[in-house]
Amino acid sequence: MSRFRVAVQVVPRRGLLDPQGKAVADALHTLGFAAVASVHVGRYLVLELDAPDSDGARAMTREMCERLLANPVTEDFHIAEVSAE
Amino acid sequence: MKFGIVTFPGSNCDYDAYRAVVDALGEEAVYLWHKDHDLQGSDVVILPGGFSYGDYLRAGAIAALSPVMREVIQHARRGGPVLGICNGFQIACEARLLPGALLRNESLKFVCAPITLRVENADTRFTSGYERGQLITLPVAHGDGRYSADEETLDRLEGDGHVVFRYAPDRLQAEESYNPNGSMRDIAGIVNREGNVLGMMPHPERAVDPVLGRPDGLALFESLLQHVAA
Repeated sequence: MSRFRVAVQVVPRRGLLDPQGKAVADALHTLGFAAVASVHVGRYLVLELDAPDSDGARAMTREMCERLLANPVTEDFHIAEVSAE
Repeated sequence: MKFGIVTFPGSNCDYDAYRAVVDALGEEAVYLWHKDHDLQGSDVVILPGGFSYGDYLRAGAIAALSPVMREVIQHARRGGPVLGICNGFQIACEARLLPGALLRNESLKFVCAPITLRVENADTRFTSGYERGQLITLPVAHGDGRYSADEETLDRLEGDGHVVFRYAPDRLQAEESYNPNGSMRDIAGIVNREGNVLGMMPHPERAVDPVLGRPDGLALFESLLQHVAA
């Protein structure tokens, strides 16, 4: 078993109304960042966990996302990083 | 008839539900602690409103995994009635007792106001005391009430008559602002396929005493009483 650091991004599913993202985009436009086309606000989770290898850490994280960390109805997740500590 | 009202850390409408059952309906109610694996012989389970677990992660997500929910889900699978109000609706969706999810209000504001609902289905065990198409007034108080599901699920809910309450315009609510949260297809409350689990954002338990306005929520509890006692 080794200790891994896993980072997960959870974002609202594309196409679903994201009023929070829209409010942030509007505020950026107010600051003069006219180039911003859209913003989506999600969550970034960092886990430390024990697994036999990085594939095992990734598989375990995927299951955690499907069962709790992301809502399968409205959110997508992406395992952004798996690194040995 | 015995109502079991689950208290999660952060529930704040459990007492309102208790008073609605005991004072307005004249039936027995018990509080069920979220850590207990015991429904104490309840005929009906109420998942009350509030902010269970501070709405951490997503509203209702952590409460859906509370110990008592194992028994609540078993109760629902046996056909036992479950009423999820507000945060209880969010919990029921997260526990997959109901399809869909409740997202942040489109306005990003917490909405606390009496609103008008249309009863879309008066043929459920929760709504037989209403007339189909009847307009009723109930309070809402939520920040995450925007019901969302994929188109296929929405079509199925509508086709099967599982949309029970919808936000509706009336004399007091303009055509463009009657939906308080931007929910898809103006959905305010749904039942599951078997008809024994109802989730709704408005609060019927806060509208059972004429002292506090129109007691339009009482018929929901009376409907349940009639069906479960029968």
